[in-house]
Amino acid sequence: MGRTLIEKIMSSHGGEDCRAGDVVWIDIDNRTARDFAGASVVGNLEKYGGDSPIAERSKTFFTFDCNVPANTIPYANNQQRIRIFARKNDLKVYDVDAGIGSHVVIEEKYAKPGTTTVGTDSHLNIMGSVGAFGQGMGDVDIAYAFKTGKVWFEVPESIRVTLDGIPAAGTEAKDIALAMLKRFSSHELLGKAVEIYGPWVENASLEDCVTLSSLATEMGAIIALIPPNENVLDFFGITRDEAVYADSDTAYLEDYSLDIEGLEPLIAAPPSPTNVFPVSEKTDVKVDGVFIGSCTNGTYQDLKYAAELLRGRKVAPGVMLKVVPATRKTWARLLEEGLLKDIFDAGGIVSNAGCGGCASGQIGMTGEGEVQISTSNRNFKGKQGKGNTYLAGIGTAAASAVLGRIASVHELKEVL
Amino acid sequence: MPRESILKGRLWVLIEDGQLFSDIDTDMIYHNAHLAVTDIEKMGQFAFGNLEGYKDFTDKAQPGDIVLAGDNFGSGSSRQHAVDCFKALGVQAVIARSFGAIYRRNAINSGFPIIELPGIPSDLFSQFETVELNLESGIIISGNSSFQGNPMSEVARDIYLAGGLFQYAEKM
Repeated sequence: MGRTLIEKIMSSHGGEDCRAGDVVWIDIDNRTARDFAGASVVGNLEKYGGDSPIAERSKTFFTFDCNVPANTIPYANNQQRIRIFARKNDLKVYDVDAGIGSHVVIEEKYAKPGTTTVGTDSHLNIMGSVGAFGQGMGDVDIAYAFKTGKVWFEVPESIRVTLDGIPAAGTEAKDIALAMLKRFSSHELLGKAVEIYGPWVENASLEDCVTLSSLATEMGAIIALIPPNENVLDFFGITRDEAVYADSDTAYLEDYSLDIEGLEPLIAAPPSPTNVFPVSEKTDVKVDGVFIGSCTNGTYQDLKYAAELLRGRKVAPGVMLKVVPATRKTWARLLEEGLLKDIFDAGGIVSNAGCGGCASGQIGMTGEGEVQISTSNRNFKGKQGKGNTYLAGIGTAAASAVLGRIASVHELKEVL
Repeated sequence: MPRESILKGRLWVLIEDGQLFSDIDTDMIYHNAHLAVTDIEKMGQFAFGNLEGYKDFTDKAQPGDIVLAGDNFGSGSSRQHAVDCFKALGVQAVIARSFGAIYRRNAINSGFPIIELPGIPSDLFSQFETVELNLESGIIISGNSSFQGNPMSEVARDIYLAGGLFQYAEKM
């Protein structure tokens, strides 16, 4: 019987002919740590690392993205501690200007299809978007990976999800991810690897794949793997033969299909990403702030779309629009193409690249009673401040900013 | 440090709306406002600081306590703090119907015992009763009853017995 995508990746990384349930030591191609937990990784290495704390320098680096530049002294201290360690050990630091580590890893083509990446970011399973393994881990695991190049892993069972049909115009990758959260909640895929198939993913852009895979963590899944399509292969400049795919005769733990034909935009209401409704059922909710960015929806494609929707329109009076490009390269492209001006002229605030809102970042938190529409991935109580956060795609976020209440992109087209 | 494979302690049964508290994410266990803390001893004061109904946990918890929760305990971020804050308080173990995947690893790697007791009813245990856990067999004893939890995997047990991943690696 054939092997699943994750079994194949792990088998090619030291797990030999492994199957679900096996505990294997896997070789890690990219070993990363960010500004949060990175200092604890350094602490572990100082304590246990001995004279040679780093196995392979070229595969090991830090990415600062949570709190950039640091707006608290403890974060500043941690970042500086990491820089000093990195200089001493000749390690690269993608510093406070670089942007979200998980995106940098793809943008710089470290995470090619079929590779393995770990780091202290629970959304590192975003690598599933390019058919690669990625996993967020705690500082003990990551320190161990820095020192030895390996981590232990229990090969998860795999579930195949086929997305049937094509969604309605104006529906985005985020809406499809929300449809999956609505269907599977946070329990059905818990601890499993998911492989996603269907006509939509076969034609999705790399950015769409990133958005969809980024919500695997909220589904409780280990990773949501998307077999590399032509768009993803083109980005890396490789052919199908150089990527990894599941065998055709593979048996999955479960084989689900999800009908997305004609799907309309969705929104996750507080207090969890699985509390999903059609946007059309929430249009009476007034909005105080809108956040566009994050590892889920902060790509060039996302922000370009936001800029196009905002062009010539104005953010409603009293509404804050906060926009955070995922990486410095994204920022540069938006700047060069004049797209930041569209956002600025509409009344938006554009911050430097990074995570922005999720870990007390540079764009600020919400206050008690404040209603925020966010394109990020978590709206648990207290996560992004004391306010009430709704999760949605770019179209819903931009439309809500302009109309001052929850609105779908279809309504925005009626304005102006 | 020799590690015990039988633990006995007072049980905190975490309840929300009359049911075992499920989907307790890492921001409820250890809020992101305190992520810059790197000294484990200082993490105890923030444990459950954002968990509705249990914000005074750190004042009331005693060394040796055991925590019981519902499904998907520790979902969310990769922060080790969400494990270490319990170690700082002397909490001995967490029992849950299921755990978030990253949380599970983090607990194992830092030698903190967790036991899965899938599908248990919310009223199986009483608040603050004393329970005994056998980490090798996964059996939990409450009064005259015993319940079979999932035993630790071989790797998890070995790492636990060694006292953590690095200590385990030294023996490899």
